Amino acid sequence: MSTIQPKVDEPVSDELALVQAAKGGDVGAFEELVRRYDRNVFRIAQHITQNREDAEDVVQDAFLKAYSNLHQFQGQSKFYTWLVRIAVNEALMRLRRRRPERMVSLDEEVKTEEDSLPREVADWSPNPEQQYNQAELREILTRTIQGLPASFRTVFVLRDVEGLSTEETAEALDLSIPAVKSRLLRARLQLRERLSRFFQRRENGKEKLESGDTNQ
Amino acid sequence: MKCADFLSELTNYLDGVIDARTKAELEDHLAWCHNCYVVCDTTKKTIEIYRDSQLYELPEDLRTRLRTAIVSKCHARKKAGPESV
Repeated sequence: MSTIQPKVDEPVSDELALVQAAKGGDVGAFEELVRRYDRNVFRIAQHITQNREDAEDVVQDAFLKAYSNLHQFQGQSKFYTWLVRIAVNEALMRLRRRRPERMVSLDEEVKTEEDSLPREVADWSPNPEQQYNQAELREILTRTIQGLPASFRTVFVLRDVEGLSTEETAEALDLSIPAVKSRLLRARLQLRERLSRFFQRRENGKEKLESGDTNQ
Repeated sequence: MKCADFLSELTNYLDGVIDARTKAELEDHLAWCHNCYVVCDTTKKTIEIYRDSQLYELPEDLRTRLRTAIVSKCHARKKAGPESV
């Protein structure tokens, strides 16, 4: 079985030059950095906050905070990793504000109802995503990932959707490497378990989406 | 190798960060343990489906609006000087 192929990074050789120019007051250079990463920041923010307005605010505030604090960026990590760290903190702040009754922390050992031991071991259809139309598939994927605890889905999104390395994810989230790996494994297994309901090979057509809200 | 051992190495295996000996042991296990094979294969598909899903794409008009707002605030901060930061 082959391994997951990592996303190929775009060349970032000119990135430090852009950061240096922006530090020197060149707003145009900073605008170029916004163009490069605004989609990523928006996606990460919406995955964490699960709210479109919050995600828009996170994009604005994260870039403005980065601009105001560029002098603190030392260039030891990639600009993108540094930016993601700011964006994740902004997103978590908004999530906590919206759900003050829940403790939202990346550090706590999350106890989840389901453990990570696989229960669904039926094979999936050869092209599971083609069993559903695009809107249905989007709905399934969104609801499924929204059901994960914030700490799991954040690690999964940074590693597997955005393609950050384990080390970059650890740096962006201020977690240890073993903590990132453990959360990633559990996130992957829980998503797999939940998607199996929709994608496993079956005789009698496809699983229907429930109309109720299945979030958390 | 037991299934639990396989599971604990699954992430390293899928990410390809594993030494040759452990990899061989894992693949030996996969060759006869159908359940672990399915878990491994469907976990890989889970990752690929999410990676290719394009959830939460930023629409171009919203993108332009956000960027314009960010750039204009950067100009304002630049004009006001570092004390406004």
